[in-house]
Amino acid sequence: MSAAFVVGVLVAAGVFLLLRPGLLRVVLGFVLLGHAVNVVLLSAGGLGRRTAALEEAGPDTADPLPQAFVLTAIVITFGITIHLLGLLRRGAGGPASGADPMDDDNDDDGDAESDGDGTGGAGRPGTTGRRR
Amino acid sequence: MSALLLIPVVGPLLAAGALLALPNRPGTHRVGAFATMTVVLVAGLVLLVRTSGGALAVLRVGGWPGPIAIGLAADALSALLVTVTALVVLGCLVAAVGSGDDRRPYFLPLVLVLTAGAGGAFLTTDLFNLFVLIEVMLVPSYVLLSLAGGVGRGGAGRVYVATNLLGSTLLLAGVALVYGTTGVVGLGELAGAARDEPTVAVACGVVLLALGVKSALVPLHDWLPRTYPVASPVVVALFSGLLTKVGLYAVIRIYAVVYGGDPGYRWLLGAVALLSMVVGVLGAVGENSMRRILTFHMVSQLGYVLLGVALFTAVGLAAAVYYLAQYILVKAALFLCAAAVRAGRGTDRLDGSGGLAGQRPALALAFAGAALSLAGLPPFSGFLAKFLLLRATAESGAWLAMVVAVLVSLVTLLSMLKIWSALFTGDPPASSTVARRIGPTLVGPPLALAGLSLAAGLAAAPLLVLADTAAAELRDPAGYVRAVTGR
Repeated sequence: MSAAFVVGVLVAAGVFLLLRPGLLRVVLGFVLLGHAVNVVLLSAGGLGRRTAALEEAGPDTADPLPQAFVLTAIVITFGITIHLLGLLRRGAGGPASGADPMDDDNDDDGDAESDGDGTGGAGRPGTTGRRR
Repeated sequence: MSALLLIPVVGPLLAAGALLALPNRPGTHRVGAFATMTVVLVAGLVLLVRTSGGALAVLRVGGWPGPIAIGLAADALSALLVTVTALVVLGCLVAAVGSGDDRRPYFLPLVLVLTAGAGGAFLTTDLFNLFVLIEVMLVPSYVLLSLAGGVGRGGAGRVYVATNLLGSTLLLAGVALVYGTTGVVGLGELAGAARDEPTVAVACGVVLLALGVKSALVPLHDWLPRTYPVASPVVVALFSGLLTKVGLYAVIRIYAVVYGGDPGYRWLLGAVALLSMVVGVLGAVGENSMRRILTFHMVSQLGYVLLGVALFTAVGLAAAVYYLAQYILVKAALFLCAAAVRAGRGTDRLDGSGGLAGQRPALALAFAGAALSLAGLPPFSGFLAKFLLLRATAESGAWLAMVVAVLVSLVTLLSMLKIWSALFTGDPPASSTVARRIGPTLVGPPLALAGLSLAAGLAAAPLLVLADTAAAELRDPAGYVRAVTGR
């Protein structure tokens, strides 16, 4: 019951943040959604059983499998959050930081590879110059 | 033979790690990447030969028992997809040398990790590992998409990451629900569970919804044409061969094993398939760059594959498997043509300065072959695939699906003609250095892939036998279930 409540609040807050403008809110929204899913995963193994696994099998032994799942999921979410923050940093340093991400239909050839402040370490002059 | 299953997953991962340890050595990176993918291709071919008779290769990594083991299994479908994707990746690597993409930092290690994730997703036998391997595949794709920098790429990169992250979150929630309702996540243990238990069907429905986002099925397709066209064409070719196909493969596998091909859901799959076909092909009509048109056609063509699955007859599934295998090759050939066009002209927009057919006849030949195959004209593999699919719809009495399939392939042909007349016919612009910049490494891969499509159309018998085997295994997954559960 309490797990369901926590998941509900986390998902509500996460979706609210996702629908707000600004990439930072989106990142935070995904962090909250990720937590919500982790709680779902943990409760899928049964929250009432608390005895340490691998000691002795009994009716109260916790299910170790969902905990392993959650650990894996946390690592993945962490990595992707870092990537999103990197995108945010790069976007903020670029010339059109206020641009709506949906509104870039005219910039699809990528030949204007002026890589902002070059934080991504990409777009070396030699590479782009050769391809033109 | 079971140890071969490790190669498509572990091989590229180890190679990527080794390459990362040797930065700033482009020559070593190239040799390493090509050697790794060749090994994966050979492993795929060996698996394909071994499984073509209906045998299965199963491996529990580390020898752990039952449900806690990391299971890998290959049947004809998995082995076929591993082989075909390895071919496409090799083609893309060659083209990346020509287009200069592989000189971008970390390009080759990222491609290898992407390949490892896709190979693993084709071979894994449980839902949680499917989630992990899809993530392994997606994380490098985030970086590859936005590798080149620029504002447009950053924006599309955000949309791409956000959509796929939402899909992954949903996938994980679905896996959690499946575990909560059944206590297992292995495909073998779950066999038929969604057919027998409505709660499992709902939980698995969440997984399928998330996979629908990944494979860009209408109405979950909108992110694909927004994001793919901003990446470099070689990268898009790679994505088109791996990413959405993994999602579709997982949909097929889960529907066949966990739902046991439950006829109660076939109308839903059929409706999604027809909608994808129509929406994708109509979306392409209004576009005016080669990559954008081709990206919309991805949505449409995936609908064809799903239509065969929705019929779930032996003929329909065989048609779907054959369609999927040949379509991966054809689409990669088309995107690699776009890569060559862009390398030559600086853009792949249809802006009226054509004449490529006279300057680079080999490229024109590759594009013509792949385009005709995509539209479904003989003697290419696309014709045979569409013919088999139409025959399956006729046998099932799905006349509406048949009419839609024929009409959509006509509109596909129109789109291809539009690209052809805008880029390849006509007089080349004066003082053009276009032809010089399109080297053999750019023309070769699409030509080879288009040639494979022609070969798969003319000498189709082995591939059709394979598709029949895969279809039989999908219709009756008992052998697969026995093999992966070890019972």
